[in-house]
Amino acid sequence: MSEPQPPLTPSPQASAVEPSTTLANGEWHRMHPLTPLFKGGLALIIVAGIVVANMRDRVINWLVALFTPEEAHYGDYTGGDPVDWVLANNLILVALLSVLGLVLVLVAIFWFVWRFQQFRITGDHVEVRKGIIFRSHRRAPLDRVQGVNLTRPFPARIIGLAKLEVVGAGNDANVELEYLATPRAESVRADILRLASGARAARHAALNPDAAGAGTAAPASARAQLVGSMNAGVNDLIAGVDLADVVPESVVKIPTGRLVGSQLISGLLWLVFFGVIFAVAIGSTLIGMLVDGDPDGGVVLLGIGLGMGIPMVIAVVGITWAQISKSLRYSIAPTPDGVRITYGLLTTVTETLPPGRIFAVEVSQSLLWRPFGWWMIKINRMSGKSAAQQSSGSGQQFNVVLPVGKRADVERVLALVLPDVPAASISSLWDQGVVGPSEGDAYRRMPRRAWWRRPVSWKRHGYLVEEFGLILRRGNIWRKLAVFPLARLQGVSLSQGPIDRAQRVSGAQVHTVPGPITGYLSGLERADALALLDDVSRAAAEAASRDTTHRWSEHASTPTAVAAPVAPPPYTGPPPVFTALGQTPPAPPVAPPPASPVAAPPVAPPPAPPVAPPAAPPVAPPAPPASPAAPGE
Amino acid sequence: MTQNPETAPLNPAEGTDLDALDQGTYAKLRTARNEARLELDGTWHQISPRYVVSQIVQNVIFIAIVVAVAVVLNVVLEQDWVWIPAGVILLITVITLVILPRQAKAIGYMLRADDIVFRKGILWQRMIAVPYGRMQLVDITQGPLDRAFGVSQLKMVTAAATTGVQIPGLTQAASEALRDTLIQVAETRRTGL
Repeated sequence: MSEPQPPLTPSPQASAVEPSTTLANGEWHRMHPLTPLFKGGLALIIVAGIVVANMRDRVINWLVALFTPEEAHYGDYTGGDPVDWVLANNLILVALLSVLGLVLVLVAIFWFVWRFQQFRITGDHVEVRKGIIFRSHRRAPLDRVQGVNLTRPFPARIIGLAKLEVVGAGNDANVELEYLATPRAESVRADILRLASGARAARHAALNPDAAGAGTAAPASARAQLVGSMNAGVNDLIAGVDLADVVPESVVKIPTGRLVGSQLISGLLWLVFFGVIFAVAIGSTLIGMLVDGDPDGGVVLLGIGLGMGIPMVIAVVGITWAQISKSLRYSIAPTPDGVRITYGLLTTVTETLPPGRIFAVEVSQSLLWRPFGWWMIKINRMSGKSAAQQSSGSGQQFNVVLPVGKRADVERVLALVLPDVPAASISSLWDQGVVGPSEGDAYRRMPRRAWWRRPVSWKRHGYLVEEFGLILRRGNIWRKLAVFPLARLQGVSLSQGPIDRAQRVSGAQVHTVPGPITGYLSGLERADALALLDDVSRAAAEAASRDTTHRWSEHASTPTAVAAPVAPPPYTGPPPVFTALGQTPPAPPVAPPPASPVAAPPVAPPPAPPVAPPAAPPVAPPAPPASPAAPGE
Repeated sequence: MTQNPETAPLNPAEGTDLDALDQGTYAKLRTARNEARLELDGTWHQISPRYVVSQIVQNVIFIAIVVAVAVVLNVVLEQDWVWIPAGVILLITVITLVILPRQAKAIGYMLRADDIVFRKGILWQRMIAVPYGRMQLVDITQGPLDRAFGVSQLKMVTAAATTGVQIPGLTQAASEALRDTLIQVAETRRTGL
């Protein structure tokens, strides 16, 4: 409450016009004036619906009376109708006045809600404050941003509004800016990503013209602004997704036929599922009737058949349509600030995933898709949503990065979402992993004696540790290949029950953030499981110390000359404090002599990269900014 | 036990006050006898036997409450059926009590160069390794009875919901030394998430 309250007295047009060219200037800004209509407007529509439903009879009757007066029966509607009551008591004026008063009160409430909802983007944080009686003020650090989503729900899209969602890490950790005019939302997104990337000065100038365009798009009167944004929205609806700041070329083109076909096949699965339920229900009823010898069985059967069948067909059609409409107009493209994914026919969602925010990637294929050679790619990521939002349909769509694609598409998308994977590895990833097993691949797989744990897929079931990540290959009917980047692995656990022990095997679980991809392997050779615990844990720590993605452009923007001398020995690169540790891991932790690594760094002379303090020093980290492996804060 | 952050070395194996971790704990880990059991090289730190005492007292109190409620319901309200659920609850509690000492001897943790490994279970063995840099927070909790016996539970939270490492029955000194070490090491190795 200590921060300055929004000034309530100044003229409203002062807020409509933003004099500055960028919104990320540390000032408080307001949302679009129509925001409350979309946030609270749903209730109004429901009230209107109830009123209309109640007035329907009266309107129909009135029309009937207008054209065929002799057919109308006013007497049928005398009982307790408020309109009759108003007419009878000569209260028309009072009724109209009270309706007017209600509208005025609503407008006033909307206005206040709008006045009190503000956002601010400073160099390190994005903040939103809202509420009149219950004030809320949410501030999120920019270097923990997990992604930025631009959602344009269908009704808001018509008048050119968009919702910007800054994805944080945690349960219900998102900061939502809703709603903004689409061009402004795009410029805010660009600003947030630019600030989050750590490359402050470098690309600021490049993005300014775009932001200036957004500034001029806010003309003098709110009405002109509204008309303008509405025109833009309608145009956009006709022309398709058109992003103003960067128009990235999608690396994957999915023919509409393939998309619809793939979802229809999945829908077929639902149809079979419901069909089985249906058949069981009908069959049991039939048997019951035959036993009873009921003569009216046919009617009952028909009733049950229709009563169950119609909702089931509606459900299947509904599910399939929802999937198709969400996946239509899909595109995925690289931008300087991460992968951008766009999808949706009516409600358009544009996600931007900065580098290093993907915790697991899985390529999968169901048996029904196999004849067509189609694959799907899902990811685990921090969604920042609450549990209820996560389980909803839109939350699940959030984790799909490629709804359907052939091998070439899959390889291109994998290269995008797993930038650490060398290009040469992708084909071996495919041959040995996705469609494997192949002769002599390096996967540690389930031994023959443990086959009964996975009767169909035990030959595939296994793992491989690569420099870039841990690869799990599973499933034969549903073929799956999951890649867990080592730098973001959260832990490994083993479990062994008595039967496992008798067979000298062990189960293993790779832990990562919650998502559609699980990391469970069963029946691994005991030695392989222990190696997983040892090697992966060590490799994960090393990979994490090399990882710099939380400020992804900070290091990329420093001259390449700096990176060159450091690049060849990536493993010895970590800053001095780590080299002492990194060299001793095989020894048991108690054994090393009590030489304090901090007190005596010269014990292991680090490969001190001959880097003078860089020209543009990063944000004063405590660790020496010399090597790109510095872990930052 | 609590060390000055400036002077404490970073290597957990050296930096931790080992005496605090191993004072008043079990001396020998209890594992399955089968050769195929999961085993790691290195020394396991164990938990305090006072944990078992504390748990037994808690369970006995629980049994007393259940019996009291059942007796009251039976005598006052003349409900004979209450002995069925009460019996089931009592049976489960007694089984827990019987295997508790064995279980406690199988709990251990190991501080390695890059991660902390936690293990538990004899028949159903579980081992989990969490890299230090992934730790989001370290939590020490202590119930009233735990406080009376001077033991506490240390919980490590990562971004993954499933890791859930909870080390019960640490002595007060051990839990604080362990927490300080873990946080200190996590500080130096943290990444975005």
